[in-house]
Amino acid sequence: MNDLKPGSLSIQKIQQLLRRREVCTDELRGAAVEDVSRRDQDVGSFLTVRGSYEGQSVNNGGTVSKASLNGVPCGIKDNLCTSDLPTTCASQMLSGYRPPYDATAVKLLRRAGAHVVGKTNMDEFAMGSSTENSAFAVTHNPWNSRRVPGGSSGGSAAAVAAGLVSFALGSDTGGSVRQPASFCGVVGMKPTYGSISRYGLVAFASSLDQIGPLARSVDDCARVLDVLVRHDERDSTSVKHPEAGAFASAVSESEPRLNGWRIGVPREFVSEGVDEPVRHVVREAADVFRQLGAQVQQCSLPLINHALSAYYIIACSEASSNLARYDGVRYGLRAESADVQEMFIRSRSRGFGQEVKRRIMLGTFALSAGYYEDYYLKAARLRRMISDQLNGSFEEYDLLLTPTTPTVAFRLQERMDDPLAMYMADVCTIPANLAGIPAISVPGGFHEGLPVGIQLMADRFDDRKLLTAARAFELSTGHHRRRPSHAEEGEMGRCGR
Amino acid sequence: MTARIPEEYQVKIGLEIHVALATETKMFCSCSTAFGDPPNTNVCPVCLGVPGSLPVLNRRAVELGMICGLALDCEVNPQMHFERKNYHYPDLAKGYQISQLVAPLAEGGHFTFGVSESQERTVRIRRVHLEEDAGKLLHGHRQQTLVDFNRCGVPLAEIVTEPDLHSASETRAFLEELRALLRAVGASEVRMEEGELRCDTNVNVLDQSTDGPKDGTEITELKNLNSFRGVEHALLWEIKRHVEALQRGDTLTHETRHWDEDAGVTISARAKEEAHDYRYFPEPDLPAVSLDPGWVDRLGEEMSETPRQRRRRLQQQYGVDDYTAGVLVSEDDLGDFFEEAVSSGGDPGEVANWLMSEVQGYLNAEEIALHELSVTPQQLVAMLQLVDSGKISGKMAKELWPRMAETGKDPDQLAQEMGLQQISDEEQLQGVIRQVLQEHPDAVSDYLAGKDRVVGFLMGQVMQKTQGQATPQLANEKLREALTEAKEGKGEED
Ligand SMILES: [Zn+2]
Repeated sequence: MNDLKPGSLSIQKIQQLLRRREVCTDELRGAAVEDVSRRDQDVGSFLTVRGSYEGQSVNNGGTVSKASLNGVPCGIKDNLCTSDLPTTCASQMLSGYRPPYDATAVKLLRRAGAHVVGKTNMDEFAMGSSTENSAFAVTHNPWNSRRVPGGSSGGSAAAVAAGLVSFALGSDTGGSVRQPASFCGVVGMKPTYGSISRYGLVAFASSLDQIGPLARSVDDCARVLDVLVRHDERDSTSVKHPEAGAFASAVSESEPRLNGWRIGVPREFVSEGVDEPVRHVVREAADVFRQLGAQVQQCSLPLINHALSAYYIIACSEASSNLARYDGVRYGLRAESADVQEMFIRSRSRGFGQEVKRRIMLGTFALSAGYYEDYYLKAARLRRMISDQLNGSFEEYDLLLTPTTPTVAFRLQERMDDPLAMYMADVCTIPANLAGIPAISVPGGFHEGLPVGIQLMADRFDDRKLLTAARAFELSTGHHRRRPSHAEEGEMGRCGR
Repeated sequence: MTARIPEEYQVKIGLEIHVALATETKMFCSCSTAFGDPPNTNVCPVCLGVPGSLPVLNRRAVELGMICGLALDCEVNPQMHFERKNYHYPDLAKGYQISQLVAPLAEGGHFTFGVSESQERTVRIRRVHLEEDAGKLLHGHRQQTLVDFNRCGVPLAEIVTEPDLHSASETRAFLEELRALLRAVGASEVRMEEGELRCDTNVNVLDQSTDGPKDGTEITELKNLNSFRGVEHALLWEIKRHVEALQRGDTLTHETRHWDEDAGVTISARAKEEAHDYRYFPEPDLPAVSLDPGWVDRLGEEMSETPRQRRRRLQQQYGVDDYTAGVLVSEDDLGDFFEEAVSSGGDPGEVANWLMSEVQGYLNAEEIALHELSVTPQQLVAMLQLVDSGKISGKMAKELWPRMAETGKDPDQLAQEMGLQQISDEEQLQGVIRQVLQEHPDAVSDYLAGKDRVVGFLMGQVMQKTQGQATPQLANEKLREALTEAKEGKGEED
């Protein structure tokens, strides 16, 4: 197996190879690192790759052989703490920073035998929708190198799409897993808020942040969730998920049907603000669900139109506080000065990029005396109302079907000077974060060779339902099997068909 | 320093008191709260604010906070939540402090304390809330500033009073009794030297004779006073400043001032320090906490009685006077020692006397605390019983006590070792007396001649011969018997 590319294999396939003793985990690890080092130069999805795999802590043999992710190569977004690899959040502020501990999610993956190949690129502190806000690297969309991979988990999405890893972890505050998944033609899921421990996830907006997997199939996503969804005492917002450990079993049927399921398509998500080709994909998806036995109806969630503004006020407010700790005193970048206030100012001015500064200022403003009531409090109230409206819709519908993003992947540099246009990329994904409900993006079709994702949302704790429907969809369409041409050829720049 | 305060002026003082709660571990992590360990040894990713770390609330801190609230007659809120108080300072690991603003732990209480032996005053308590302490700056050599984060994350209760205090001395009395209260109910050890009680005070002076808008001075905030003396002195100085301002028609400006202990003056803080906008908002990392009424009730039932309640009870139950009861409750262990001694058979009056005089005297002289002694209440009772039964004299007891305190040995054994034993045996005493009378025939003659004063001399001789161990009362009795006999004998001879 000279051209072994473990990252291009599904979890099930890797388990099969190991079971049949066609490969051993050491081979898998070696090949994965080699493949990434060779092919990622064109994609730019990783910030750090483990030079040698021998150093990787491997559990004692007995448990490893049974572990569900044994030998499976994965990428970890660079805002998840790893004690053996730098964790930079793609920021000068944390350049070279080595955390003193592993994030709970990373610890669980390692315990399950997963092979952490490296840390993936992202928008600085997860703020952005194109990964262009990284202080260190440009990540290209594997379907078209002139296009962005989406963001902020763009490195994770690109690495999965390019077949460099079997799955990757991202974090989703307003769509940062689902939006790049859509742009890169992979599956990305944000489970119910609190399902995966945030301990060790460098906080952007704590009440919205949620770790989620990106993979090439719903099946792989579910297998990773079975490892990650666990109550964690270290995270006070962590929940005891009633379906923990039962996600993979939800997608095990070979020809699933959705008879009797009710699916709503909120018209606010398919308005003029959404590109026609994307709307077309959603209409086609609705037909697929009908064929699977579901009733699909249009519905309305009028408050959704306010979601974007509520989101940016809340997210920026929390970020302004979460990022206050980067002051040069204990870790990270320090710009020396005799005066401590001056040291704070210089360190933060030099360490943070433009978008991060913009959001810190926005959030600081929204929390300031005299503005708090009009901005933060109003946004918080709006958030509750939007959540109520969303939750209410689940009394009628099992799922909501929407586009994941209003457009396909845009060109690199296209929106860098227009923050508002950039923020619009998250308009469809943000409501799920505000309401804390689970949502998934699955490949729904293609437009001019670029993938288009569809999003499904479900009620809180209905993650299993979400996976079942998404799996049914991918099995009946097969979109997820289509890969960017270079992913096999090791070449970039060829658009798909 | 005390200003003459005109009758029509009213001083208004309110306090914000930070008390370190007596938990083993910090508020949001499992690091130790031990004081005095080497810098940055009681730290972890959480209290250092390392990226990605998250707070987990210490249940015990909530309980001790509730106990604070209950002891101050507050209503515990059915649900509380935390806010972030945002500001930058090198000792603040996360760039914000987790505190409470909108839904604090407890609200609306009051606290009654004695301002003099006969006078009590009640201060309204606005709220009690929980927050975490910051680290400590250490100024090293070569003008370096270092930070010790051992204290960072230690749980604090902030107690906020209404401006119901009216003088510096009253404020001090309030704080002293508050300290005793918090110690008694176990909410805090309130070790002043470890900074376990810090106090911000708000003070202004109102002129009640006028009704216009300019009827008082603006509030001055005095920050971070960490001794009762400091509070009292700073307030005295500040009240004088306000009174003088009012007298010359000035109302001052709202400002923060610091107390300069060495110079004995308050100094205006830089305007920069005052310009804080803390941008409070709900802490998203911690869900709201339900303070279930059952939980609150259980804590209330388990809570030790307050000093005020105990003072009443000691008077009623043991018949000690108000002053004694006051002293017994002012120091927690003194009251416990007293009650244990009484319950193991001691007479309340005698035990109280001993505690108030000899025991207190010893502790003061040696500058140690009662709990540092190895002597038990039972041993004190045993010693008092030796006195009662005449085995040792009261004077001997006073000699015996310091040795007991030092060694923790039983009084019986110790008295023997020290040769403190009263001779209460009548025959033995009579023998000694006969000997003394034989040795001093002149004195006997004087006595027979009516000079009663020589009895004292003879008594002294008896005590000397017995090395002070004769029971004085018995010896006196037997001496007089012997002398009377001599008198009668002489009469017969005549
Ligand atoms: Zn700690």
